[in-house]
Amino acid sequence: MSAIIRGKIFVVRDNIDTDQIIPAQYLNLVPTIPEEYAKLGSYALCGLPLAEYPGRYVADGQTTSPYPIVVAGRNFGCGSSREHAPIALGAAGCKAVVAEGFARIFFRNCVATGELFPVETTVRLCDTLRTGDEVELDFDANTLRVVSTGKVIALKPLGDAKPVIEAGGIFEYARRTGMIKA
Amino acid sequence: MTLTEKILARAAGKQSVQPGDNVWANVDVLMTHDVCGPGTIGVFHREFGKHAKVWDPEKIVIIPDHYIFTADQKCNRNVDILREFVRDQGIKHFYDVIDDPNGRWVFDPVKGNYQRQYGARYAGVCHTALAAHGHTRPGEVLLGTDSHTCMAGAFGEFATGIGNTDAGFVFGTGKLLLKVPETMRFWLEGQLQKGVMAKDVILHVIGAIGFDGATYRAMQFEGPGAHSLSMDDRMTIANMAIEAGGKNGIFEPDDQTFAYVNARTNKSYDPAFCDKQQQFVYDKLFDLAALEPTVACHPNPGNRKLAKQCGDIALDRAYIGSCTGGKTSDFVAFAEVVRGRQVKIPVFGVPATPEVLHELQASGVWQMLVAAGVQMTENPGCAACLGGPSDTFGRMDKPQKCISATNRNFPGRMGHPDSQVFLASPMTVAASALTGKITDPREFL
Repeated sequence: MSAIIRGKIFVVRDNIDTDQIIPAQYLNLVPTIPEEYAKLGSYALCGLPLAEYPGRYVADGQTTSPYPIVVAGRNFGCGSSREHAPIALGAAGCKAVVAEGFARIFFRNCVATGELFPVETTVRLCDTLRTGDEVELDFDANTLRVVSTGKVIALKPLGDAKPVIEAGGIFEYARRTGMIKA
Repeated sequence: MTLTEKILARAAGKQSVQPGDNVWANVDVLMTHDVCGPGTIGVFHREFGKHAKVWDPEKIVIIPDHYIFTADQKCNRNVDILREFVRDQGIKHFYDVIDDPNGRWVFDPVKGNYQRQYGARYAGVCHTALAAHGHTRPGEVLLGTDSHTCMAGAFGEFATGIGNTDAGFVFGTGKLLLKVPETMRFWLEGQLQKGVMAKDVILHVIGAIGFDGATYRAMQFEGPGAHSLSMDDRMTIANMAIEAGGKNGIFEPDDQTFAYVNARTNKSYDPAFCDKQQQFVYDKLFDLAALEPTVACHPNPGNRKLAKQCGDIALDRAYIGSCTGGKTSDFVAFAEVVRGRQVKIPVFGVPATPEVLHELQASGVWQMLVAAGVQMTENPGCAACLGGPSDTFGRMDKPQKCISATNRNFPGRMGHPDSQVFLASPMTVAASALTGKITDPREFL
């Protein structure tokens, strides 16, 4: 994965659980079957209540999203262990989620699959940034820059997860460290 | 070391571990089901090869339970994918929906949802079934592709939920890289009062620490109050550690634990007990006698109120079932409140396992609930606890309000994205079903 990700953001608030990321009725889809993987992408974040989120992450009839970065509040990805959640986002073209905090299993699934970067920040960005704003993430400098204003916000380092993410997921990491055969 | 640290150290072959350590832990049991199993199998073959064999066919437990009683063809197909894998790999513990190992599962919508549609081996909701069939053992490491796998912590083991990719890795290696969590201790004292249940304990605790109050942490329940709780109660509590973000919930095993486990398996195990010296990041006393019937209001499990303060919330329906709330003891407590009265709103009851169904039918509780107007299905499973396909029993297809003995209430959890779920004990669900609004069960006891 590149150290720089630039693009438009989609903004959500606290406690976006896995049912809002991918509603349970779509769990009949198996992520390792290619056409079902693509279908999961078309449903990414479709469980967000319409009244609160009138603008959709993936437009009707589309399979990918114009927003490669999601900005969220606390506890993003809480709820179920379904890997369909990071996979739906990844299949829709999401490269990173920047949140005040992540639920453990979602974070882990992002790392294990290598689908997207789960990045934490101490700043509550979901109150100040708007859907459609453009930002640039730099994982070498651990910063988020708001393109229109030039404002730079610190991201928390990826920490223990970094070598696994850099390797491309748990399998590649295990091969590199000799835990399984290369 | 704390219980979690001790178990993880042993599983990693180390003398000791500290919170924050990343260790490769040996896995004793890996559980998967129909929703995540097919994807896990896909990851396993993609990474280890088409003809790869699992690390140990006796340590994998496969329990279809989520989307079983539905005419959705993909859901039926997913159970067939599991069966084929079990056959190829010689996996010992597979609780299939049908009896024919070469057959295909097809739900019959004409027969409908109320009448039994499963064979002799079907086991119902995975977490309850794991315990019922002796797969939960003190001191062990149990991983499952389901967030409520933490329920098995009731038996003094390290149990947590993982995704398909991690599970595919375990299929091939029997190991997983795990970060040792910090431990929070909940010291329980006193006895629960009449009308107050284990569900009230955990809803109270989650309300106290918040919906992400235990993120990345172990929740250890200790003290005389913890030992006074039945195994069913401990399961109800450990099940919902994840609703506060916890990595696992855990109780120290005691004679009650050993009696329960030994009655269900003859496999040997090595229990872990609490050290005198333990380091906690949080340590609080909770007096069980002071607790009252509690509700987690829409839209998250930490949105705590007392049932008696919620009397103005009118309900459209009620639901009793799931791993945390569909055990025999849950239905018995529900029935104790109903006792010959009629429910006022539609109520759906789903036993967690076939054993629960048999026990309720043999004791007459089932017949009593049906007479009271409760819609009971003979098909145990996860059903509407997580919404599911559109023909799922009890699913909310409209923006309604439901009080439920289940474990999660984020928006859309039980179906419609604008529906609302209020979590409560089986007794509070029963009292509310009798009045049509959220009601403290002590009014009926």
